[in-house]
Amino acid sequence: MIQFTGVHKWFKQLHVLNDINLRITPGEVLVVCGPSGSGKSTLIRTINQLEPINEGKLVVDGMDLLDKRTDINKLRAEIGFVFQQFNLYPHLSVLSNITLAPLKIRKTSKKEAEEQAMTLLARVGLAEKRDAYPSQLSGGQQQRVAIARALAMKPKIMLFDEPTSALDPEMIGEVLAVMQDLAGTGITMVVVTHEMGFAREVAHRVAFMDHGVVLEEAKPEEFFRNPQHERAQQFLKQLLSPMH
Amino acid sequence: MLTYQFDWSVVTSGKYFEWLVSGCKVTLQISVVGIVLAFIVGLLIAVMRMSNFRPARWFALAYLEFFRNTPLLVQIFFWYFGSYKILPTAVNDWLNSTNFEFAAAVIALTIYTSAFIAEDIRSGVLSIPKEQMEAARSAGFSFLRSMQYIILPQAVRITVPPLVNQFLNLAKNSSLAMTIGVMELTYQARQVESYTFKGFEAFTAATVVYLVLSSSITALVHLYDKRVLNPNRAV
Repeated sequence: MIQFTGVHKWFKQLHVLNDINLRITPGEVLVVCGPSGSGKSTLIRTINQLEPINEGKLVVDGMDLLDKRTDINKLRAEIGFVFQQFNLYPHLSVLSNITLAPLKIRKTSKKEAEEQAMTLLARVGLAEKRDAYPSQLSGGQQQRVAIARALAMKPKIMLFDEPTSALDPEMIGEVLAVMQDLAGTGITMVVVTHEMGFAREVAHRVAFMDHGVVLEEAKPEEFFRNPQHERAQQFLKQLLSPMH
Repeated sequence: MLTYQFDWSVVTSGKYFEWLVSGCKVTLQISVVGIVLAFIVGLLIAVMRMSNFRPARWFALAYLEFFRNTPLLVQIFFWYFGSYKILPTAVNDWLNSTNFEFAAAVIALTIYTSAFIAEDIRSGVLSIPKEQMEAARSAGFSFLRSMQYIILPQAVRITVPPLVNQFLNLAKNSSLAMTIGVMELTYQARQVESYTFKGFEAFTAATVVYLVLSSSITALVHLYDKRVLNPNRAV
């Protein structure tokens, strides 16, 4: 579904992605973790080309991202992206946030788009907020709307870039619950997160990154019980017991 | 001792009143057509200025520099006295059969004002967080569609106060159209003064009309802002 082969990316002098080789199969849930500045957000943003790569090969859903003939807008429509800061459209109601892309890109009828939006809102537990505006919602609610907005395009792949990092602790659970529910539907998911509980329970595989390199890839039970790389051991130690 | 005899009847009834009324109509026409066109052209130029397509960006930049940095009166004279010299005869014949003064005035005012509007809109767009564009692009919208549905609706809201200023400028600048013989309000007030020597009354009447016109434009835009544009905005 997603195949990185020898991918490199630089921001000026900074080598943010260094020889990434990663294969994500259909239906897989991959959690990417690592210290801040390790390149994990950049990695996930290359998948829908919010960040273009400089070198290597990246194939997503059969489309080569470096091929000039690839219609990037078409590809992006098949990929849902959930941001750390939600990024809902503040001038549109919750319902319009969700129906905008299906109406304008998929040319779905208004009736169908709204019915589908209501189904999605019910699924994320916010059906009663259809007419609210983003500024009237809590962070957790906004993020759930953002997930519904992404799902409205019926994407094949969902990308989550630290979806709970901007949330108050009591709201993290509601967003993770929606994501866990989603993982059960068999959609391909790549999740950048520090929520190790989520990684342990939901992920099929965990990738650990540091300094632009994927240092370790493993099933979650192996990764958490017996991390191979020294940096991964330190990272987990700090994350799981930050007081020591 | 004031010897001037006020005679307000020249501007409230009769032939001269009708001249002023017809001048009002022309001023209103220029203003409304000019504002609508200047807003549309301003939006287009603003989008071109911000696009990744180099020729579009360069064209917009040249347009902005050129029309913002030359006097409006020169631009009006250029369109009226200059432009037809380089047009084919057939086009000129057609232009002369129409109301060319009016068209030249509207073109000049539209282009001049659109340059200022474009820069106001651009500064509005720059104040929208870049994540909004990322959200739109990642949903699969092209640059232009993202602008159309997500960025510009937010940017225009922020831009309402400077936009009102530009609309008012256009309405007031329409008085310069008299220099090429457009029979708008100032032209007619001048006519009334020439025929009656009642300059105080004639230009007081014109002043009042401009005041009413300007306040109406301000009120209309604010009404639109409140009623039609999203009242629950977060910005």
